[in-house]
Amino acid sequence: MSDVTDATTGKAAPTPDDGLRIADSNDSGPVLAADGTPLKKSLSRTLRRQKMRALLLIAPLLIFVLVTFIVPIVSMLLRSVDNTIVPDTLPQTVSVISEWDPNASDLPDEPVYEALYYDLFLASEAKEHTKLGTRLNYEQTGLSSQFRSVGRDLDEIGEDQIDALEDLAEDTWDNEAFWFDLMRGGENAENTDQDVLDRARARLRALTGDAFTGGTGFLPGAEISALLPRTAYEYASFAVFTAIAEEDVVAEEEPWESVKIALIEELQAGADVSSYNGFGAEELRAAQEMLADQPQQNFKESFLEIDEGWGNPQTWKTINVYKSPYTSGYFLNAADYQLGFDGVEARPENQQIYIKLFMRTLYMSLVITGSCILLGYPVAWILANLPLRTANVLMILVLLPFWTSLLVRTSAWKVLLQQQGVINEILVWLGFVDDANRLILMNNATGTIIAMTHILLPFMILPLYSVMKTIPPSYLRAAKSLGATNVTAFWRVYFPQSVPGIGAGSILVFILSIGYYITPEIVGGTDGVFISNRIAYHISSSLNWGLAAALGTILLVVVLVLYWCYDRIVGIDNVKLGG
Amino acid sequence: MTEAQASDAFVAFDRVQKSYDGETLVVKDLNLSMPKGEFLTMLGPSGSGKTTCLMMLAGFETATHGRILLDGVSINDIPPHKRGIGMVFQNYALFPHMTVAENLSFPLEVRKIGKSDREAKVKRALDMVQMGDFGGRRPAQLSGGQQQRIALARALVFEPELVLMDEPLGALDKQLREHMQFEITNLAHDLGITTVYVTHDQTEALTMSDRVAVFDDGRIQQLAPPDELYESPQNSFVAQFIGENNTLEGTVKEIQGGLAQVQLDDGGIIDCKPVNVSEVGERTRVSIRPERVEFDKKRLKEGTHTIKAEVLEFIYMGDIFRTRLSVAGNDNFVIKSRNAPDQTRLKPGETIEIGWLPEDCRALDAN
Repeated sequence: MSDVTDATTGKAAPTPDDGLRIADSNDSGPVLAADGTPLKKSLSRTLRRQKMRALLLIAPLLIFVLVTFIVPIVSMLLRSVDNTIVPDTLPQTVSVISEWDPNASDLPDEPVYEALYYDLFLASEAKEHTKLGTRLNYEQTGLSSQFRSVGRDLDEIGEDQIDALEDLAEDTWDNEAFWFDLMRGGENAENTDQDVLDRARARLRALTGDAFTGGTGFLPGAEISALLPRTAYEYASFAVFTAIAEEDVVAEEEPWESVKIALIEELQAGADVSSYNGFGAEELRAAQEMLADQPQQNFKESFLEIDEGWGNPQTWKTINVYKSPYTSGYFLNAADYQLGFDGVEARPENQQIYIKLFMRTLYMSLVITGSCILLGYPVAWILANLPLRTANVLMILVLLPFWTSLLVRTSAWKVLLQQQGVINEILVWLGFVDDANRLILMNNATGTIIAMTHILLPFMILPLYSVMKTIPPSYLRAAKSLGATNVTAFWRVYFPQSVPGIGAGSILVFILSIGYYITPEIVGGTDGVFISNRIAYHISSSLNWGLAAALGTILLVVVLVLYWCYDRIVGIDNVKLGG
Repeated sequence: MTEAQASDAFVAFDRVQKSYDGETLVVKDLNLSMPKGEFLTMLGPSGSGKTTCLMMLAGFETATHGRILLDGVSINDIPPHKRGIGMVFQNYALFPHMTVAENLSFPLEVRKIGKSDREAKVKRALDMVQMGDFGGRRPAQLSGGQQQRIALARALVFEPELVLMDEPLGALDKQLREHMQFEITNLAHDLGITTVYVTHDQTEALTMSDRVAVFDDGRIQQLAPPDELYESPQNSFVAQFIGENNTLEGTVKEIQGGLAQVQLDDGGIIDCKPVNVSEVGERTRVSIRPERVEFDKKRLKEGTHTIKAEVLEFIYMGDIFRTRLSVAGNDNFVIKSRNAPDQTRLKPGETIEIGWLPEDCRALDAN
């Protein structure tokens, strides 16, 4: 009993906590459980097990939601700003083009063309240059074919010098084994330059997205790599690609033209081969001597020969604007703007479609929501006020559309709405409409609104019904007994109480319709399509996924903003999906 | 009831019938008239037609046959909102999306009463039910008793002459209910309003009403002031329904000078007052209240018939003793005796003689 008085001394009133303390404590230390562990620890251990069990139970759903909902949304958000294809495909070009002044009317200098040559050569070997062409074609029409043609003809650049080099000695510069030995610094090179190889791997990895791991059977010699860095790097790229992507033996494959061009350039630039004593030193000296008489390689001229487009400053301005790994270009595009050469500018008027489409989508979704309220409210009212048996039968009729395919229902509307369709025929037969002036109910906004109102109507009726079901009829009676007419009683007493149902139904219908695709596609024609149809077009036809992602992201943001506004104005607590 | 009576009364039902399905009558030939200012309770088991009567009066149900008169005018064809009858609903039906003050001003608004007038009336009505500080609250923020007061205030705020209440206290706990019974009666009498009150709680009916109409099977079984109803039930149903009651069955042996002798089925003879019996040999059910049964011979009149009873159970209830007896084959014969110092405490197994004043024992119909 002394424990009891000790534990409760100084407390205003005993609490259940005190009870535990009294039961478990023999001293003034922490409260202990029956087995001697501190009570807090024991409690948290018990709770942890419960929490773990709960977590395990929801784990399948959690993972499913993460994988199928969160991850796609995040990846879509990222894709809408992702522009890594440009710096990944043209890393050297992007780094040297910053020295060029895009506002000057002249073309970039030789180093930019030189960098472009090496970037594109590797890209065309890896067949990645056409993807970049497609990407840049969104910004400037014609770049796709320009990249395609340059990829075809890159081999021809510097043909004369290469021929001269190969003619210099037999079995040397056209011999793959000689190249292999030269670049690894002889058979038993002591010093190797792993770094060049790693850079080549990293570059290819960024370019293709493949891992490029595994052995190459080739290690660059440190001395030759120091003497001829560009050649070594190009050869390393060749070696990595040949060994890993093409699964060939490096020593048995003739190096790419880009390797030879790099060698010629570096020898002409005066690489100090006289002090070099490694494998092929003699041949290098001979080559340097011979090449001194050869003309310098002019990449700018060669590119202009292949395609005049490379002489167009626009091309270079476009590349310059889109050189960074992230871009606001897709979002600007989605808002009918573009990244001009002098900053953000509006698109030409005949290309402005997205704002109009967004506005139309919002407007038509509002109209659809409104007509769903107008049509659904009386139905829900009747359902809620009928005896349960009858209401259940009628409810089946409301739900019936859910049991038929959406495509079938929409196609059925096509049958009904067309100019020779059921509705027009009946109207003509009844004499309401002249045979020559049949109503155009389809392939325009009217068709979309009619069909989508029908399809989304259950989403309005169900929440309305479940809310109305909870409003006792005595409220209306009370209002009438207090002197209100039927109309006043309805508007002042019943309607305000059904607003949560209208709110829930409206949110459902509006959000569903703002992203609707199938119905506008089938009955919408051109005037009745939604933004989602444009998104689908960019996903499946134009393959401009970045723009599709930007449009989708804007749609998501618009919905979230509207939801927020709704919460501020109506209050999300005022939304009821059921009793 | 004659036509003349019906038109004099403030509220009158004249041969009213009601059927929902066209096969059975829920209300059968209802005649009722109420003077102005009366507090009348419709009491009866569920399904007896009392709520239907109230709804017909309020205008939410139409009478299949007959007339309902309010102040001499037939209101059969007047829609509910033009009848000007205040009503308190079972679940209060306070509008949840309005504040208390808005709820109260609703009937005034629809009557196009000016704003300042409205506010004054709302305030007065709230003060009347001692809820003056709650005008800004929502109904959901009030307790059951408070909601009840607001519902009452709302039914009274537009000063109706007739107020209907449909089991308004059903959802309250016992203590609050008793308190509200008192308040409602006081309010009704102070304001001089005519009130029709529906309940299935007989205590409520007896304590509150000027007159009680006992409903069963779509008819008024008895319409009388509470004391008359309790002490002089006109038939078995009323006797059974109001208060606790002992019954014994038997045959009328003799009727003479306002007294009847009934021979019980086990042969015993008792004295009673013939109410629903008129002929010798008729079967009858005799009704007697537990507190009017005496087992002390000194308190009985000379020559009163007594019968034998066996004590089965003695229950001490504080203020009273409740003793269950076996009388003439009825094992549920109860007597109640006051807990006084000289009161005898009966013991189970004892055999005693019981009797009563003939006028306390009523020979009713055998149904």
